[in-house]
Amino acid sequence: MKTDEFKNNDYLQRLVDKLNADGAGIVLTTLDEAINWGRSNSLWSLTFGTSCCAIEFMALGAARYDMARFGFEVTRNSPRQADMIMVLGTITWKMASVLRRLYDQMADPKYVVAVGGCTISGGPFRGSYHVVEGIDKIIPVDVYIPGCPPRPEAFFYGMMQLQRKVKAERFLGGRNHKESRPKEETQTDETAE
Amino acid sequence: MNYYDINSLNQSIHGTLSSLMPEGLAITLEGIAVGLLIIVLYALLAIVLIYMERRVCAAFQCRIGPNRVGGRGGLLQVPADVLKILTKEIISLRHADRFLYNLAPFLVILASIFSFACLPWNQGAEILRMDIGIFFVLAASSIGVLGILLAGWSSNSKYTVIGAVRSGAMIISYELSIGLTVLTMVLLSGTMDIQEIVMEQEHLWNIFRGHIPALLAFCVYLIAGNAEANRGPFDLAEAEQELTAGYHTEYSGMHFGFFYLAEYLNLFITAGIASTLFLGGWMPFHIPGLDGLNAVMDWIPGVVWFVGKTFAVVFLLMWIRWTFPRLRIDQVLTLEWKYLMPLSLVIVLLMTLCVIFGLVL
Amino acid sequence: MNLLDTIIKAAPEAHIVTETDGIQIVAVTPEELPAAAQALAQRPEGAMDFLYDLTGMDWGEEGLGVLYQLESTATGERIILRTQTTDRERPLLPSVSTLWPTAEIKEREAFDFLGIRFTGNPDMRRLYLREDWKGYPLRKDYDATANELTLDNEINADTTEEYTLRPDGTLECHEHQLFGNDDFVVNIGPQHPSTHGVLRLRTALDGEVIRHVDPILGYIHRGIEKMAERMTYPQTLAMTDRLDYLSAHQNRHALCRCIEGAMELEVPERAEYIRTIMDELQRIDSHLLFYSCLAMDMGALTPFFYGFREREMILNIFEETTGGRLIQNYNVIGGVRADLHPDFCNKTKEFIVHLRQVLPDYHNIFTGSIIAKTRLEGVGRLSREQVIGLGATGGTGRASGWANDVRKRHPYAVYDQVDFEEVVRTEGDSMARYLVRMDEIEQSCRIIEQLIDRIPEGPVRTKTKPIIKLPEGIFTASVEASRGAFGVLLESRGDKSPYRLHFRSTGLPLVHTMDTACRGAKLADLIAIGGSIDFVIPDIDR
Repeated sequence: MKTDEFKNNDYLQRLVDKLNADGAGIVLTTLDEAINWGRSNSLWSLTFGTSCCAIEFMALGAARYDMARFGFEVTRNSPRQADMIMVLGTITWKMASVLRRLYDQMADPKYVVAVGGCTISGGPFRGSYHVVEGIDKIIPVDVYIPGCPPRPEAFFYGMMQLQRKVKAERFLGGRNHKESRPKEETQTDETAE
Repeated sequence: MNYYDINSLNQSIHGTLSSLMPEGLAITLEGIAVGLLIIVLYALLAIVLIYMERRVCAAFQCRIGPNRVGGRGGLLQVPADVLKILTKEIISLRHADRFLYNLAPFLVILASIFSFACLPWNQGAEILRMDIGIFFVLAASSIGVLGILLAGWSSNSKYTVIGAVRSGAMIISYELSIGLTVLTMVLLSGTMDIQEIVMEQEHLWNIFRGHIPALLAFCVYLIAGNAEANRGPFDLAEAEQELTAGYHTEYSGMHFGFFYLAEYLNLFITAGIASTLFLGGWMPFHIPGLDGLNAVMDWIPGVVWFVGKTFAVVFLLMWIRWTFPRLRIDQVLTLEWKYLMPLSLVIVLLMTLCVIFGLVL
Repeated sequence: MNLLDTIIKAAPEAHIVTETDGIQIVAVTPEELPAAAQALAQRPEGAMDFLYDLTGMDWGEEGLGVLYQLESTATGERIILRTQTTDRERPLLPSVSTLWPTAEIKEREAFDFLGIRFTGNPDMRRLYLREDWKGYPLRKDYDATANELTLDNEINADTTEEYTLRPDGTLECHEHQLFGNDDFVVNIGPQHPSTHGVLRLRTALDGEVIRHVDPILGYIHRGIEKMAERMTYPQTLAMTDRLDYLSAHQNRHALCRCIEGAMELEVPERAEYIRTIMDELQRIDSHLLFYSCLAMDMGALTPFFYGFREREMILNIFEETTGGRLIQNYNVIGGVRADLHPDFCNKTKEFIVHLRQVLPDYHNIFTGSIIAKTRLEGVGRLSREQVIGLGATGGTGRASGWANDVRKRHPYAVYDQVDFEEVVRTEGDSMARYLVRMDEIEQSCRIIEQLIDRIPEGPVRTKTKPIIKLPEGIFTASVEASRGAFGVLLESRGDKSPYRLHFRSTGLPLVHTMDTACRGAKLADLIAIGGSIDFVIPDIDR
């Protein structure tokens, strides 16, 4: 693993250090690297637009920014088939249970990108009686993309940080990232009922 | 003419193997080898088709398409996706009918592998050859709809049920048109054996031989085949904007991957059958009388012809998909039962008359 | 007979309270409200058939009340009825939903926010908040700690409640069945690609045919109106951009106009020109996105990219001048934040030339397509009476033959100085709604072309004091946003923040039309109708 790529991000740097410190077997690491290459270059996102940021996300998919270039080709509408959930826009109290459920419905390995001020802290609506002040209260977040709404370039930067994070993870033989939570099996109607 | 016949190659391999071991073992070994070949070819073709689709749709949509993963052409984008899907968790649902839920993706992929095995790649390069070849393709491809119906029903979700019912209604309807148009070509060729249908087109492709009825049949076949492959504007069963992902909403990981692969391979099979029936399969382009041209054409191996024609039809179908909005279910059924089916019957009649009175070229 | 006489004839105790922007505010007692409303709705010389908005108010000691903003589609006369009840424990007011169907959903909003029960309204469920929510957030004495964030799934009732008042003063509750046991109910949303946000439509299906649709809102309810009560006036402006982000300029324009009207502040002419041009650019931007999304909802993905390609050009123009792509925060009280970028005029002119060239492509790939025609024509028909009754303004209303353009009816900014047509069609189906918007793009181009060379020199902003205080009173303003009439109603008590700030959501009546438009149509039509009605959910939920 080339560490130079990760110099500008302390969090990823720690991940890489941890990854290299344990010194896994050569077969496992090579396989891991190949799998991580595949996973990081094929992050299909769940379309989860609640407000303004969703429009910028659409612009991201459109011709000028064309996120298909980087392997974010497909956006899936079913959480079962998505690798990451881009939370685009304010999450309200009424929506919180739905978001949590969608996250639970996704298949592992899964990632969360919090886009925009609202998802990070409540943004301009912080202090309202019906707004969740940061989605990290509900689901674990991997990457935060600040802005209101962020520019498409900022989206790209954030999504590439996620790609890097995936590359620095261990896939086979234990995890070096996120706490593993007990996974509940949920059966639903796809959209929350 | 031998058209790069590989029958002799087949026989020599068989001969060598038989001389080394008992014949039964040799046949088993050959069977395994051919089976592996099919699966590898199937997977490779799926990758090529998905890559092609991405490039084609990017071009139609004024985009660039994948260009980072694997060099400037983004050649490794699809392999990366495959790797990802392979390592993804397969979710099992608590309230689903577990047996049928797990069976459905295999049925879908099985159906398309069966039909895939019948495609005539070259002289002597057909994998399954039987007298009723084209009939077998029709029969095998209808297993696919069973898989879709089961997938939708066993997931125990409303979206998937709607998707499955739509797909069932549509595919069963359009199979009539496909059957009738295939019948037209069988009438013209006088055989159901796929290789013989190809050989029949030695002088002139069927689409020219059968002139008006064949041309009409070709159009009807393309429309119905597009519907059969569940692709836009007939992708009601998946209908992303209505049913999120249609009948495979609840599938994840490689189970979903199977549906995804089958979708693209069905596209290839539809196009392959179209090129076999109407455009001469692996048969080079011949014009009676122009021996010079025919000889030049014969230089190009059959497999190139077949793949070339098939991909041309695939491109046409992709073009259609990325241009038109989706039809509504009642419109889809109206189109079939009120227009295409009667039209196909008329085509069959026309073709019969043409054949009886010797009006074919 | 003028409006006041009509009311007084039916309700002798009615009297004028005050006047705003030339609109009289008439107080009526709850007992006399049905008679007064009936008389207005059936007034022979110009019926007040359009309930522009219904706003629930909390006047503290004086009790809870409602303001009804009425308008006549024939004459354009406007009036505001005011009624109130002093009972804070059990506030009851008569429903007007039989006269104006749009009141059905707006009374639900007032109930949700303020707890006012409307007797006779067939559906008295909460509209935005969870059904197990405690308290009414827009009341001044609302306890913000009464509720806690819960991750439990919300259970939705299959029945609605209707309250009627017995003669002896006690309440009687009927239940109406929304969904029966034999209904196949499909949830479309809140996480669904084609609901344009987090709208949830509970749809009862019979095979593929829609029996009826029950919209469930509030998944993006951010409590903007309550938050605004704690903000200074310049701060409240920031909220408007985030309501309907595709009408960001126009929304902000409305609030600025309202505050400027209350302050009696003169806006420089250059600023008015800039605002008008920006509004129209925003309208083109929004309609291009509408085109893209409608095509995508119907399964045609390529037109989506066409629409976005041109939209990016507008965003470029916006960005140069305002610094923002989607949310520009450009209008401020007294004018606009900064002067135009030197390239603005040239780029806008170039863009309009370019847009005129590519619009035929749009029509070739989508409008002319036989599939698009069969999917849109005759689908989701709404009659003129229906759209007026439901208060569906904007392109949706105009497609059904109701000329409701605020720019024509009550001109503001410099709209009275430009020559443009109000696009009205009579078919009332999805195709008409689509074509109205496509034609509006061309009209917007015309407006911009007329103005772009005439922008006068001068300041772009009138200086205001750092702390803005408005005089006491109720103030209103409305503009034509991208998808219909957007209105602001502001009550000031002389403080530096509003006592009550209410936005007339453009989308709320539009979502309310979904049930009417979709009944009997197919599931796939629901998506196409939703796309053609064109609503933005954050604007509805506020």
